Amino acid sequence: MDRILFGDNQFFAVNHASDEKSRAQAIKFKDDKAIITTLDIAREEGLNTFMCTTHDRIANICDFIRSNPEKYKDYKIFPCMPYAHKYANAVTELGIAGTLKEYVPGNFLGSLFKGGVAYLSKDYLSIMELLIDAEMKMFKGIETPVIFLQNVLTDLLLGLGMIDVLKAFHDYVEKKYNAEAGFITMNMPMLLQKLEEVEIENPIICSSINLVGFRMSGGKELYEKVLKTKKLRAIAMQVLGGGAIRPKEAVEYVCNLPNIESILFGASSKANIAQTVNYIHEFDNNSGNKKI
Amino acid sequence: MSTNKFEIKKLKGAIIGLGKMGLSHAAIVGANPQVNFVSVCDTSTLVLDAFKKYTKVNTYSDYIKMLDKEVLDFVVIATPTKFHYPMVKYALEKNINVFCEKPFSLTSDEGVELTEIAKRKSLINQVGYHNHFIGTFRELKRLLQENVIGDIVHFTGEAYGPVVTKEKGSTWRSNPNEGGGCTSDYASHVVNLIQEVVGHPIKINGTLLKSIYSKGVDDAVYSLLTLDNGISGVLLVNWSDETYRKMSTSITLQGKKGKIICDATEIKIYLKDANQKEGLEKGWTTKYITEFAIPVDFYLRGEEYSAQIEYFVDNVMNKRQGTYNTFEQGLYTDKVIEIILNNAKQN
Repeated sequence: MDRILFGDNQFFAVNHASDEKSRAQAIKFKDDKAIITTLDIAREEGLNTFMCTTHDRIANICDFIRSNPEKYKDYKIFPCMPYAHKYANAVTELGIAGTLKEYVPGNFLGSLFKGGVAYLSKDYLSIMELLIDAEMKMFKGIETPVIFLQNVLTDLLLGLGMIDVLKAFHDYVEKKYNAEAGFITMNMPMLLQKLEEVEIENPIICSSINLVGFRMSGGKELYEKVLKTKKLRAIAMQVLGGGAIRPKEAVEYVCNLPNIESILFGASSKANIAQTVNYIHEFDNNSGNKKI
Repeated sequence: MSTNKFEIKKLKGAIIGLGKMGLSHAAIVGANPQVNFVSVCDTSTLVLDAFKKYTKVNTYSDYIKMLDKEVLDFVVIATPTKFHYPMVKYALEKNINVFCEKPFSLTSDEGVELTEIAKRKSLINQVGYHNHFIGTFRELKRLLQENVIGDIVHFTGEAYGPVVTKEKGSTWRSNPNEGGGCTSDYASHVVNLIQEVVGHPIKINGTLLKSIYSKGVDDAVYSLLTLDNGISGVLLVNWSDETYRKMSTSITLQGKKGKIICDATEIKIYLKDANQKEGLEKGWTTKYITEFAIPVDFYLRGEEYSAQIEYFVDNVMNKRQGTYNTFEQGLYTDKVIEIILNNAKQN
């Protein structure tokens, strides 16, 4: 994985520290062209991996990338699935069974419902595989070496104790897409322990890691201890705390931690992208973490 | 199940209703080290079979059977509102502590009865108004108690979001007799927030209900409220606004010495003069949730959802009734909603 991954929250009105900023971003990135322009600015700063949710609009971005193969020769996308709000809104409106009917491709589920309960109960993992395939369709022909499960699902399954499903995601992504599985979580220490129990070794885990301990469940000290003592390929996100932490201190903190393979961040303007990239290089050089 | 004598006794907990909120509660309860998550109840075999296959919890399709059979310290009830009354009542009669989703009950008569039973039996009770577990709203309440913006002359309580954005679909949320409609469902959050942070609404001075895409229920409510402390203001709630990615709730207060705008992510304070005690400058100061978020041991989809369950579990563990989101407070909100809906009919 690259040292720096470019994220997509800013494109889809997600800002964890300001609802107001998030709405302003929705207006700025109304056109797909604005997204492409920002991706290109990030590429100029050396950021060649785009880590993005499987939002409908990403399909358009993928079309553009496919139609410009020379320009995006070494470009990689790390898909993060699913775009949770799509399903969450559907569950409120249609219920869980209704949502599956709506989103599982083909008439597979229709026949399952006719087939009755016993048959149904054995096929959760097939349903999951079909949903993964549906989400992955838009990335056809694009390099996707790591495929992530979004935190709301990772953490839902973690809390429910359905670790076998996490394992099934991991195995399927590897088998079908020849990719590594990644897990986004807000509960990194707990998740790592559970993944170890089902023998997923050295997992890719993307979690909030920041100076102020924001969204670090169990506390910053626990995260630091896990990073120092355990085996994982950590990606730090929410490093800037949604813009609430001063960038220099924010980046310095993360660059000085051990075991952080990559740093994920998103920004809208050239100045902000360049600033964060420069800080990461600067503090990496100081701490001996020389990487690109 | 026997408890190892060297371990601290865990609470036995169960969930009734495995929709979006119920599943979220189940994960949070399941991850809580103080809880032995023993059972779930829902009518969907699709969902129950997933629990059977991948977890150790017992599954039921009949809540009466579950409450009769399992020995429980608490139950979380996250079913459509019309089921709250019989389920909460049965649980209380079985001496089980209850966390009930909002809105509390379909009619205030039901709510009165449930509140009395819980009180009489000294059972820990809580309603799921999660905004009180958002750090910025807590800070807002504290700043008001410190009288930072002086006498309040006006408030605005708002919520917008994309729940009903098409003319289709009919779930219980679109049935006025089952607790559907924006006022009962969405606006109850804002009414409850105003009630506990600014003051208890006692008079409604006029209400507009608007159906935008729904038939038979309101998608928006605009109402003028007077509170028990004499402060008056406006309630503005619309759940058919897709310019919001998700529910966005805010409170704005205009005082003689300044103004505060608060939502789940930011608190913006404007002061005519600096407040040294609070370290607030003259003019605008913006503070972020990163400073106020309540630390939780397990995060699923907002600290508030975890924090409210952790609070409830702690209270059950310590046999102490909490002060946030009691049945009594939930009941008061139900009563205000009733008055708002009646007021709209009169217009």
